[in-house]
Amino acid sequence: MSRQAARGTDIRKVNGELFTLTYGALVSQLMKDYENDEEVNKQLEKMGYNIGVRLIEDFLARANIGRCNDFRETADIISKVAFKMYLGITPVISNWSPSGDEFSLLIENNPLIDFVELPDGHNALNYSNLLTGVLKGALEMVQMDVDVRFVQDQLKGDNLTELRLKFVKRLEDAIPAGED
Amino acid sequence: MAALGRQKSNILDKGLGKGKPEVNIATYALLFSEIVQYCQNRVQTVPELQNRLSEMGQHVGSHLLDVLLLREKGYKRELKLLNMLLFIKSNLWKTLFGREADKLELANDDERTYYLIEKEPIVNKFISIPKDKGSLNCAAFTAGILESVLNGANFPAKVTVHWHKGTTFMIKFDESVIARDKLVEGR
Repeated sequence: MSRQAARGTDIRKVNGELFTLTYGALVSQLMKDYENDEEVNKQLEKMGYNIGVRLIEDFLARANIGRCNDFRETADIISKVAFKMYLGITPVISNWSPSGDEFSLLIENNPLIDFVELPDGHNALNYSNLLTGVLKGALEMVQMDVDVRFVQDQLKGDNLTELRLKFVKRLEDAIPAGED
Repeated sequence: MAALGRQKSNILDKGLGKGKPEVNIATYALLFSEIVQYCQNRVQTVPELQNRLSEMGQHVGSHLLDVLLLREKGYKRELKLLNMLLFIKSNLWKTLFGREADKLELANDDERTYYLIEKEPIVNKFISIPKDKGSLNCAAFTAGILESVLNGANFPAKVTVHWHKGTTFMIKFDESVIARDKLVEGR
């Protein structure tokens, strides 16, 4: 396994602009294939979900954190550990609902949207919708059903990008398919 | 825009940035994996898949060229073929992948053909090729970047990807490029 031997000296980082532009290539390809904002949103969320369910494994393996005691702790970990680790940013947590089951992530410098300008007529497109899928997929793998949606988007003229996360329910332990 | 009721900021008013942000390799690998799967679901054959990946890469390359020339060369174009290739081997590769490409070679029997060799491209690092698709090389994506950077800089070429000494990008320049280069050299 020469691959494993090389792992020690591996670069663990990738140029952010390569990432941004690659994401851009994906979104513009989706726009060509689907020609419909809503469909593209859906597709991006689906891809994000696939990423999330795999990313959480990498996260748990590396971040060395235990189980969260409440949703506030989860919010903290998402922002300060997960976002930091994978996108190099730390969104601000705010706008908690009184019952503590809903909060917002405020992102000022979303790396996905560097170089991006939404053409007119795409007001329904959530360009960074991949993020909602990633969060949903990753949280589902730690037994949390969470609703994630965009509230504000810098590409649409808002000052910030705001993601709203709402805790829906705790998922029961289920044996993953194919692992009995 | 009036319908939106708020002012979109103009992208040209924003700074270009120094280009040093980084993301975790896992983030990139998983995104790329989704891209490959998406492309794969829409094609039948390996060449078609590689074409699709190459097209995606071209999108990246065409956007990257200007940024790169502006930052690294004060917006001067490269005129000579060899300098352009060296620019790609070092500057472009360093920007994209954090290090120079492993090797650049000229074909023995054809002055139009160059080989850029990369032992282990980042995009291939986490991809295991299924047995029935032995020839598939997802670095077709990188080949696309390369091709559009060359075309954008007015060195029209076709770039294809091959499994040889790791991954080899075969750059086949248009006749006109070689003819022009001889003119430039002659001066």
